Amino acid sequence: MASAEISLPPKGGFSFDLCKRNGMLVKKGVEPPKFRKTGTTIVGLVFKDGIILGADTRATEGPIVCDKNCEKIHCIAPNIYCCGAGTAADTEAVTDMVSSQLELHRYATGRKSRVISALTILKSHLSGYQGYVSAALVLGGVDVTGPHLHTIYPHGSTDSLPFATMGSGSLAAMAMFESRYREFMTREEGIKLVCEAIGSGIFNDLGSGSNIDGQTEYLRNHQLPNPRTYVSSRGYLFAKGHTEVLSTKIIPLREKLQVIEGDAMEE
Amino acid sequence: MGATEVITQRQSTWSPYDNNGGTCVAIAGANYCVIAADRRMSTGYSILTRDYSKICKLADKCVLASSGFQADIKALQKNLSARHLIYQHQHNKQMSCPAMAQLLSNTLYYKRFFPYYSFNVLGGLDSEGKGCVYTYDAVGSYERVGYGSQGTGSTLMMPVLDNQLKSPSPLLLPAKDATTPLSESEAVDLVKDIFASATERDIYTGDGLEIVVVNAEGIRREEIMELRKD
Repeated sequence: MASAEISLPPKGGFSFDLCKRNGMLVKKGVEPPKFRKTGTTIVGLVFKDGIILGADTRATEGPIVCDKNCEKIHCIAPNIYCCGAGTAADTEAVTDMVSSQLELHRYATGRKSRVISALTILKSHLSGYQGYVSAALVLGGVDVTGPHLHTIYPHGSTDSLPFATMGSGSLAAMAMFESRYREFMTREEGIKLVCEAIGSGIFNDLGSGSNIDGQTEYLRNHQLPNPRTYVSSRGYLFAKGHTEVLSTKIIPLREKLQVIEGDAMEE
Repeated sequence: MGATEVITQRQSTWSPYDNNGGTCVAIAGANYCVIAADRRMSTGYSILTRDYSKICKLADKCVLASSGFQADIKALQKNLSARHLIYQHQHNKQMSCPAMAQLLSNTLYYKRFFPYYSFNVLGGLDSEGKGCVYTYDAVGSYERVGYGSQGTGSTLMMPVLDNQLKSPSPLLLPAKDATTPLSESEAVDLVKDIFASATERDIYTGDGLEIVVVNAEGIRREEIMELRKD
């Protein structure tokens, strides 16, 4: 190993220094912390006048639902939106990053953003992280060159498609699309098909669920097909004494508070 | 520069077990026992069927609800039914619930080194006609309790049951009666609400809820309630 140390500026990418330690911990029986994934159904399709995106609203931590109504459709630019599947933190971070870069670019160029710009920034970012940023995206928007719909995979590859699905429910949704998609659908037909595809994902995939969000203009909670089936009319009584009080310490704060008259702040 | 060591985790090879998910609950009352289980059978992220019964009637005052690997559970139910039939031929009467509880424990421990992947809750009436519930682990450790739940949603349900049914400590002397003072309909109402809540947060629980009540008149299937299907 060369001993000459050149101080280089810190490069991007992840540091894998702790992997050996983590492997040793796992061997000792320490469970790694679960992260929150959006085990998900996200879809996009091109219709006559533009793009429709759709997503379910369930976020899971392993087998438990941690958010029943989360937002998976992210705004990249006023004319570009992006659905995200995979690790929730990764999709949010990567879409926020692209959104701010595009905003600066709009100020610099004086023009509306193009979908291909977002696509290039996203794919080079994900490719650089070699798939460790676990974000699978459906990017769609309408710019001066027309409507565009792309899928982006965690390793950085992209496809440009007339209709696309991603996430654990993607097979269920794609089955709907493949049988019912036509070119040049109207807005109503498009929204109906997107809802059917997301619904198929919600009811047939355990990683997706709850409500349907849509996007041509942002249709938050466009459909709520899963109301709670039973609410007890008795209600619950949480009587005092159920939780044992081990010790009580009361600190009167008035004694610690000193009121000092002061001058007004200078403007 | 030497090649860096790559730390990889061993992928699991073939496993004889699979988890089909689901949750079971039983509550013992003064003269009844409520046993309930959801109706979803799943594997991985997919649903196999939305109307599978996890509840099995073993004797005329004894009902078994099991979650886990349904193939092992089917085999276990067949085994217990066969042993019950032999018992009836030899003793000219049905097995009581405490007797069935012991039999189940022994059957599970018999396969200690290749267990039934089955998480059981046994409910029924004891010889005095009072409700009884027994909970088990996969290899046969069991205990008579006032209420119990097993399965993927049990961690969500048990705290609520503990709070609402005010379980006395089993270490108290003299032994306190663990059956709940709730009436039969109140217990059924609690079970429905608890399953609706667990379904919201557990992806493996849902589709439908099957409720069975055992009382002096016998075993009757109370109803099948709808649960969220997502």
